[in-house]
Amino acid sequence: MATFKMHLLVCGGTGCRASESENLFHNLRTGIIQKGLENDVQVLTTGCFGFCEKGPIVKVLPDNTFYTMVKPEDAGEIIEEHIIKGRKVQRLLYVNPLTSEKVEDSKHMGFYRKQLRIALRNCGFIDPENIDEYIARDGYAALGTCLTEMTPEQVIELMKKSGLRGRGGGGFPTGLKWEITRASKADQKYVVCNADEGDPGAFMDRSILEGDPHSVIEAMAICGYCIEATKGLVYIRAEYPLAIERLKIAIKQAREYGLLGKDILGTGFDFDIELRYGAGAFVCGEETALIHSMEGFRGEPTVKPPFPSVSGYNGKPTNVNNVETFANVPVIINRGAEWFASIGTEKSKGTKVFALAGKINNVGLIEVPMGITLREVIYEIGGGIKEGKKFKAVQTGGPSGGCLTEKHLDTPIDYDNLIAAGSMMGSGGMIVMDEDDCMVSIAKFYLDFTVEESCGKCAPCRIGNKRLNEILEKICKGEGSMEDIALLRNLSNVVKDTSLCGLGQTSPNPVLSTLDNFYDEYLAHVNERKCPSGQCKALLQYWIEPENCVGCTACARNCPVNAIAGERKGVHIIDQATCIKCGACMEKCKFNAVFIK
Amino acid sequence: MTKIKSLNDLRAIKASVEAKMNLRERSDAPEKLVQVKVAMATCGIASGAKAIMDFMVNELDKRQIPAVVSQTGCMGYCFAEPTIEVTVPGKEPIVFGYVNEKKADQIIEKYIKNGELVEGIIPVNYESIESK
Repeated sequence: MATFKMHLLVCGGTGCRASESENLFHNLRTGIIQKGLENDVQVLTTGCFGFCEKGPIVKVLPDNTFYTMVKPEDAGEIIEEHIIKGRKVQRLLYVNPLTSEKVEDSKHMGFYRKQLRIALRNCGFIDPENIDEYIARDGYAALGTCLTEMTPEQVIELMKKSGLRGRGGGGFPTGLKWEITRASKADQKYVVCNADEGDPGAFMDRSILEGDPHSVIEAMAICGYCIEATKGLVYIRAEYPLAIERLKIAIKQAREYGLLGKDILGTGFDFDIELRYGAGAFVCGEETALIHSMEGFRGEPTVKPPFPSVSGYNGKPTNVNNVETFANVPVIINRGAEWFASIGTEKSKGTKVFALAGKINNVGLIEVPMGITLREVIYEIGGGIKEGKKFKAVQTGGPSGGCLTEKHLDTPIDYDNLIAAGSMMGSGGMIVMDEDDCMVSIAKFYLDFTVEESCGKCAPCRIGNKRLNEILEKICKGEGSMEDIALLRNLSNVVKDTSLCGLGQTSPNPVLSTLDNFYDEYLAHVNERKCPSGQCKALLQYWIEPENCVGCTACARNCPVNAIAGERKGVHIIDQATCIKCGACMEKCKFNAVFIK
Repeated sequence: MTKIKSLNDLRAIKASVEAKMNLRERSDAPEKLVQVKVAMATCGIASGAKAIMDFMVNELDKRQIPAVVSQTGCMGYCFAEPTIEVTVPGKEPIVFGYVNEKKADQIIEKYIKNGELVEGIIPVNYESIESK
């Protein structure tokens, strides 16, 4: 069999296919065969390069030449010039938009620097069940440096300088939190890792614990050293069995190496970690509720102050940080505060991991520097909207956040900008919605979630969210009025202002932000009794267009409730009173006779 | 396992493992070992990564190709699970998505043995901290 000397990779993603990459592929392959090069050059299609804006893409290996916007008729020139004569086709090279210079190969393209992996540095690289591999990648070196060369004050100073803020959603400066907990005097203090990831669609903490558990263990030990705690607790939901298993293995290995336990690295510092399991309640992501749950009480929040840093687990000072926050700590110590602070925006430093989900081509986990725009995330890294549909909104911050729309596409993403845009960072879930999604239903979906997850302790959240949900249901059924919309906004503000904890204070956000951004959709539901995106079943009606119907009886035979009447070869009619709007008739009709009104 | 008693002990372990890891980091190492990493987070396992890992281990052994197959965490390409990353000595690592046994067989026969690429490549689109 032949060994190929050159590879031509043609992008076969949806975006490039829409721009004729299949024809291009065909032309390249036949061109290569015509020149008798099929044993030297291999042509093949690949997954999406994520650079759909400039598609179709052709990449040449081994020299990493990156051609953009290649048309099928360019195939001949690429073969003649590049492959046979060894000269790159200049006009097809990527042009750097900032410098207007041509970029010869993909290693120098800014685009591939859009993702930068700090918290995920070892995820997908090392074996998470092998501590040696973690050590080989500078693992536990940061702990070593802290214990032998730095005082706790110096470590805290470094964390403060780095500008790291809590990645669980709130964005509180990590160094400051450590400093406050250090200042509380007590015989015992605790370091708690919040691994209770509850936003629908978010899975970055789980992935870190599954892929790089030692980074969290090391950071917790460093935190323990800074705040003078000897005990660490990881609060993790029982529905993450693999993360728990890997974390247990990692803790065991660290103990065997003496990196947890007594007299770590011969410095006299003691620290050990235990796991505490949660049952997966959303409210337990709130730190006071989390602590109560760990103590064996009901997972209900209490009023702050006192903050956990003064009185937390068992009444002792407790420092609670999120998984992703911890995962950043060892790198910051190894590489310095200045390095970390050089990444990101003025007030939000470093990177953020996002779980991309919803109607997007490349569903997955990404880590991007703060300050990247939504457009870059969705269209370049995410590969655009599924099936080439139109982008409508993206929900960040889960049920506590809001939706960002087209007008926010070019807003740099950081803590403060997202809040200004009516949403929030949250833990990093990003659910992308397209033109087929009904925003009223989306708001209701999140309200369903918060109603279910509300702990019931305070009235605004327990009763207010339930009422909000009922109003939304009414609107979705086409029974709403303008008064309902006004009430929705009013009640939302009351729940926001008067709830006890973060859950209730943020739960009306999806309602408020859809009211702000998609008011016309609410109006259509109320005034015209219509759902513009055709999602609210109660507002739909299936009809048969007499001109297109040929009387094949396919719809009538497939209707589960026998709502369709009509003779063979005669026009069929749907009985609106019986119809359950399942859509089976529309699916079965080969003549496009069934339509939604 | 012996305990690590000092920072020097830690450095010694790092140095000893580094040689092994370097192989993965720089594929131009002299050893003729093929590195296969299987993404085994929840998403990968749910899509059948465990079976693919077993398949790779057994088949590479059966076909007498000296290789190291290891598991790793989420590579981020959840839409294309199971994903594996294959590093042939002297070449850049390549990530393959949607790997089933048939695809895995092709990867061994075509890519690992002959350097011929097979369909299903996922372009890597992030930068690691080493280059920053």
